[in-house]
Amino acid sequence: MVNYDTVLIRFGELSTKGKNRKDFIQRLYRNIQYILKNIEGLEYRKTHDRIYIKLNGADSEKVKEKLQKVFGISSFSFTEKVDSDIDAISETCLRIAKESDKKTFKMIAKRHDKSFPMKSDAINRTCAGNILQNTEITVDVHNPELEIRVEVHQNETYITSEKIPGAGGFPVGINGRVLLLLSGGIDSPVAAYELMKRGLQVEAVHYASPPYTSENARQKVLDLAAMVSEYQRDMKVHIINFTDLQLQIYKTAGDPYAVTLMRRMMFRLAEEVAKKNNCLAIATGESIGQVASQTLESMVCINDVIRIPVIRPLVCFDKLEIINLATKIGTYETSILPYEDCCTIFDPKNPVTKPSIEKAEFYENQFDYASLIKDALEKQEVVRVFPQKDEEDFL
Amino acid sequence: MRNRVYFDNASTTDIHPEVLNSYMDLLKKYYVNSESLYNEGSEINKMMEKARKAIAELLDVHPSEIIFTSGSSESNTSAIKGVCFADLTKKHIITTMVEHSSIMNACLQMHNVFGYDVTYLPVDRQGKVHVEDLKKALRNDTAIVSIMCVNNESGAINPIEEIAEIVKKQSHAYMHVDLTQAVGKVDINMKNIDLASISAHKLEGLKGSGILVKKNHVPFVPLINGGEQESGLRGGTSNAPVNMIFAKTLRLALENGKKYHSYIASLQKHLVERLQEIDGIEINSPADGVVGIVNFSYEAIPSEVMQNGLNERGFMVSARSTCASKSTDPSYVLKAMGFSDRRASSCIRVSLSRKNTIEETDAFIEALKEITEHYGEL
Repeated sequence: MVNYDTVLIRFGELSTKGKNRKDFIQRLYRNIQYILKNIEGLEYRKTHDRIYIKLNGADSEKVKEKLQKVFGISSFSFTEKVDSDIDAISETCLRIAKESDKKTFKMIAKRHDKSFPMKSDAINRTCAGNILQNTEITVDVHNPELEIRVEVHQNETYITSEKIPGAGGFPVGINGRVLLLLSGGIDSPVAAYELMKRGLQVEAVHYASPPYTSENARQKVLDLAAMVSEYQRDMKVHIINFTDLQLQIYKTAGDPYAVTLMRRMMFRLAEEVAKKNNCLAIATGESIGQVASQTLESMVCINDVIRIPVIRPLVCFDKLEIINLATKIGTYETSILPYEDCCTIFDPKNPVTKPSIEKAEFYENQFDYASLIKDALEKQEVVRVFPQKDEEDFL
Repeated sequence: MRNRVYFDNASTTDIHPEVLNSYMDLLKKYYVNSESLYNEGSEINKMMEKARKAIAELLDVHPSEIIFTSGSSESNTSAIKGVCFADLTKKHIITTMVEHSSIMNACLQMHNVFGYDVTYLPVDRQGKVHVEDLKKALRNDTAIVSIMCVNNESGAINPIEEIAEIVKKQSHAYMHVDLTQAVGKVDINMKNIDLASISAHKLEGLKGSGILVKKNHVPFVPLINGGEQESGLRGGTSNAPVNMIFAKTLRLALENGKKYHSYIASLQKHLVERLQEIDGIEINSPADGVVGIVNFSYEAIPSEVMQNGLNERGFMVSARSTCASKSTDPSYVLKAMGFSDRRASSCIRVSLSRKNTIEETDAFIEALKEITEHYGEL
């Protein structure tokens, strides 16, 4: 039996050098250890270009499922570790070939240790020859059914027949912290995923309008945050009561400009929360043209009230692409729960699609929004959510 | 979280401690199949039949006229379909515009799928059916008349005895009454009633438990086919401990209904009086409605918003019937009573129990005042 006892992890976008590289590896190393913390018996080791996990009998399926959620991994393999000795290598390759039910194969050897006496090509030929002599399986270098990979290092060699794609990107946290506007819709959780993929630690701000929005709607947002938090350990969610601002906006501006003004207020609030929490940018799930507040004109008018950069990871995604991603990361089903539609009072009938900054300012000058913002910030509630456990006591 | 106040007893009730304790004992001890031939099986069967007898006595019917079901929705659906399918020559059903969704949707299906003619009797501003309308609607081919005793949203009480007598005397139709909200609150005479539905969970009993009373002279086709359980009228292994405990549930509900009637009535009176303090609140329940149900509207605030606001302040209430509470349409019950869309979209139902207190009703009024002052402007 082939004993795939060691996970070999290959790094993602590691183009940077020097200290950044060290930080990258260190962060990834910690993130991996964190996500696997509940699996017992694992032994970790890192080198300048690989991270290794010795399974010691742990459930490899569980490890695989978790590792696929770690950003910064380009791919990983369950390998058998042998001594860097051509006979041991060749024998293991033969065993892999024998135990597979595949008809064609290809050898892919790589020498990380150039002091190994044979070149990669020679390793390939030796191992392939052994397989050809002892099995029915034939070589196909173009479309092999089985790829046997050999990585030769100084003292040990890792052999595998499977290369599992990782999540790619950068280890979460390596590129700083952003504050995401999390609505409970389909888009913003996907935006969170995209931000984390680029190594950003995401905090969220949610605007609730009780009693016009329900407790269920609020819980839904926290559930979504918890779902995506698995990619980055946990997530801090700032919940801001938006009701008074919203009521004031409707009283002052009425229907067409309400959404524009609401978004401007949300951005102002977000900038303040971001500053207080060391987030260098805010982020949204906006996608150009999707709704009235997401036209280019609207973005200009809404963006005008703040100086902090706004990252919009989904800005050029089609709705369908976003839905596909939401399905992939598991947030779609929750996002489409209808809670926030329970109230139609704030459902604008004729939102302006080309708002002007002058007009928005005109309305805003008619009420003291600054003190309402201050009030809302003071009353904000901070909740830290964690990836959900599947088990409930009653189940 | 602040103290929570349960004002939603028409939706369901918490379980009576005596019911719970007896049930736990039964559940642990009596697990074998009541149809089994060995001693343990027959013992359970005997106990279940004793319970059936006790229930029958409380309702003044014959034990063989009690069918155990999963609750009123099943009893209601079975009553309509079971009676209709037993005599396919009669293709007409009479019901009202304000029945529970289990009756409404059963009738709708009988019409859409099986081509039955359904007459929906109107109700007046007090939520009651008029017997004159019923008389006019009765036909030679009327298979069943299904009218609820107490409406779950408005609390209106129908003149069931009078209605049942008319159906008996002036037609060949069978009379079904949904007693779900009536037990323990309204005196019921089963004399002219052919079928009736009761749920345990509205009576401090178990969820998933109920009965259909079906008089022996009523031809009936079972909705759930199975073995010989329930005289072949409702298949499936008997949920013996649940069925047994229904007897105690019903007995306690009838006893406590009498005992606490005046207490709940005084709470209700106090609540209704204090609701008048708030400008814009209008009572939708009739003055002579069932004890415990107060339905009111504050038109400027839709039901969901009001419910959210009350929930935030610790009060559990319903708007429309809980079975329809996910929908944002106006209440069809209030619409049928002649109220406007706006009023029927802003209704709140408070349903009191013997466990509620005067302090709770006062706190409720304060919460309402807060909400109406703060959010009542739009």
